[in-house]
Amino acid sequence: MSVIILLIIFSLLLAIGFLIAFIWSIKDNQLEDDYTPSVRMLFDDEVKKEIVKTENSNKEL
Amino acid sequence: MNVAIKEVLKCYHCGNDCVDGPLVFDEKQFCCEGCSLVYDILRENNLCTYYNYNNSPGTRQKRSTYKDQFGYLDDKSIQKKLILFTDGNITSVLFNIPQMHCSSCIWLLENLNRINTGILKSIVNFSRKEVTVTYYEQSISLRQVVEMLSTIGYEPAINLNNVDGDNRKKKDRTVAYKIGIAGFCFGNIMLFSFPEYFSSGHYTETGFKGVFSYLNFALSLPVFFYCSSQFFQSAYNSLKQKFLNIDVPIALGILVMFLRSSYEIISASGAGYMDTMAGLVFFMLVGRAFQNKTYETISFERDYKSFFPVSVMVRRNEKETSIPVSDLKVRDKVIIRNEELIPADAILLKGEGNIDYSFVTGESLPVSVKAGQLIYAGGRQTGTSIELEVVKNVSQSYLTQLWNNSLYDSKKEESHFQQLVNKISHYFTFVLISIAILSFCWWGFRADFARGLNAFTAVLIIACPCALAISSPFTLGNILRSFGRKNFYLKNFSVIEKLAKIDTIVFDKTGTLTKTTSSKITFIGNALSDGELKMIKSLVHNSGHPLSRLLDEFLYDVSNLQPDAFEEIQGKGIKGNVSGNKILVGSASFCGLDQEAILNESNVFIKINSVLLGHFSIQNDYRKGVENLAVKLKKEGYELAVLSGDHEGEKSNLENIFGTKIKILFNQSPGAKLTFIKSLQKQNKNILMIGDGLNDAGALLQSDVGISISDNINNFSPACDGILNASAFMSLPGILKTAKASHLIILGSFIIAVLYNVVGLYYAVSGNLSPVIAAILMPISAVTIITFTTLLSTWYAKWRL
Repeated sequence: MSVIILLIIFSLLLAIGFLIAFIWSIKDNQLEDDYTPSVRMLFDDEVKKEIVKTENSNKEL
Repeated sequence: MNVAIKEVLKCYHCGNDCVDGPLVFDEKQFCCEGCSLVYDILRENNLCTYYNYNNSPGTRQKRSTYKDQFGYLDDKSIQKKLILFTDGNITSVLFNIPQMHCSSCIWLLENLNRINTGILKSIVNFSRKEVTVTYYEQSISLRQVVEMLSTIGYEPAINLNNVDGDNRKKKDRTVAYKIGIAGFCFGNIMLFSFPEYFSSGHYTETGFKGVFSYLNFALSLPVFFYCSSQFFQSAYNSLKQKFLNIDVPIALGILVMFLRSSYEIISASGAGYMDTMAGLVFFMLVGRAFQNKTYETISFERDYKSFFPVSVMVRRNEKETSIPVSDLKVRDKVIIRNEELIPADAILLKGEGNIDYSFVTGESLPVSVKAGQLIYAGGRQTGTSIELEVVKNVSQSYLTQLWNNSLYDSKKEESHFQQLVNKISHYFTFVLISIAILSFCWWGFRADFARGLNAFTAVLIIACPCALAISSPFTLGNILRSFGRKNFYLKNFSVIEKLAKIDTIVFDKTGTLTKTTSSKITFIGNALSDGELKMIKSLVHNSGHPLSRLLDEFLYDVSNLQPDAFEEIQGKGIKGNVSGNKILVGSASFCGLDQEAILNESNVFIKINSVLLGHFSIQNDYRKGVENLAVKLKKEGYELAVLSGDHEGEKSNLENIFGTKIKILFNQSPGAKLTFIKSLQKQNKNILMIGDGLNDAGALLQSDVGISISDNINNFSPACDGILNASAFMSLPGILKTAKASHLIILGSFIIAVLYNVVGLYYAVSGNLSPVIAAILMPISAVTIITFTTLLSTWYAKWRL
């Protein structure tokens, strides 16, 4: 039965992992803006035919 | 079909009607040069996706920009105040962009780097209408960034407030951390406590009990030392003031729970009440977070600084330079263009002053000012540019000096105001401690001190007024949200309790009881023929003067002709020829009369072929239903009063609405309004002041509750406790009733909480409180209270509002 103690400790560690993720998300200012990201993710990546001059070309990759 | 012909084309950019015929560019219709220009820029930079997300997402370019408008941004001292961060190479700035309104705006503002490669990135916070722009210092200057934003129709609002104060302080997220940690600990402690509750004998033998107890103990440490610190802090402060607020019994309960549970766990004599403690702290933290709903985009602390411009054009040594307003000195000659604010009291030197004081008084009709006359700070020039000589410093001007008043230094706070919950808890705590001591004595007399101590601590644990502590946050937080849905935005929850106590309501007249947008227009003189109306319409249609626009709108069903001759004489009127008739439309003196214009009524005289036909009188109209509102409020027993900054001309109208018994005061200066509120407060009245302009700011702040009324909540409104959208003005009686009902709801939930307590106390007093009973009662009572208050307050607000 003592294996249960091991499982308990694992479950607690997992929960602590989630708590850390939560604290991280606050530190990362994810609570500052709860609207814009939801719109931002719906913008289409544009396929541009002309030569790209901007440096943030990661969108086109 | 008639309808089809009358249909007006909508602008591709801004969606407004193309009134003066569409301007066709790239096969698209635009209402004005400005809109087509923005389109052109976007098209050049391949940014037309802007128009794909929404139909006509732009905003009409109201103000024409001019050279050097943002010249002040080259000033290093101003730059320093605006810039968030710079390392000499990369700089980031936060702009407030009030025009932002849709997803297209977000898209465009986040793709600024496609217009100018000097911009590294731009990130939008839509709910705050802010954009943070990061750019390379070498390739683009701050001024160029602002100029670029303004050419695409998103001119940032840069005002004295951004520059003067540091408004970038980050929001405090401590509560979020605390809720997260308390929730985590609560859940886990609860889980580890289950075996204890549901087990019979064999569980204890296996040694699990010790492990679970110590895990619980470890998990309770952050709850006790970190999450609940604010309750101890508040209890300590309240004891220092010799008053027992709600946090005193709460802190006592948490303390006793923690100490007794720790003792039980360490001595292996019991399981302790750690789960109850963690749950209690968690629920109360959630309650407090719930009641602190804030409206991000609405500011309740605005003073004149938040809408005064940062810079002003000054003529020095025959040269025009743009200087920061704070550097403005007496005797400086300033140049104010169309739609610009006058930053300090000044005398008009050159030009035709047409000053719109709507910020100040709520009066939307412009006042014409002649050379040599004084113009007060806060007025907005409409028409051509004017030259003024400053006579007072910015902070010493008629209006702004209101903020030098000592009232603004000492924040009026809750000193005289006691929250209902704290009043109840004052008595509650006495009763609670008496019961605890009595039960200790009861067992003490029987020489069973162990049981006595057990009963004493159990009483403090079970009666810990968690349910009472969350009843008020959930009721008030919920009512706050209901008000918000009805376009009534409160600064915080405690305003609701103050509203419940109101017995006197003071209204400002102009802009509050009267409308700011539409006006009542009547023609005084012999009725005009259709032909004459047509001629008048033809002239006013071609003029940009505010009064002409009003008349144009008023004569919306009259068709217009093309005038043969048309001349607009600034500040006087329009001279024109329509189908052979000579027409004059304008001021009294323009039409040859010797008559002064009066402030709250504007007259437009009409002269056709040298015959004076009469004049259009343009008055601010009262809001619909004001009479009804007055009757309702009087029936509810409120004492009413009206303050007006104008002359007595409206007295009879006001008496028709409010009756003759109430106080109606005229010619009230901002200071006099404040004094009037103070004098009422001396008679122990609780005053609700409803106003709108800057001239009410003092009275709004002095009154117990100051509500500012506004047609658009994002527009300027003075510092106040709440902002009421004009459309919700008539629900004022309902709002007051709902505020009062919040008292009853809180009292009702208090009774429920006490019932639960009585059950718990039965076990506690007898010294038999098992952890499982506490662990069941606490969450059940909390959930009952949350459901009760939420349902009742939502239902009541729906019924009354």
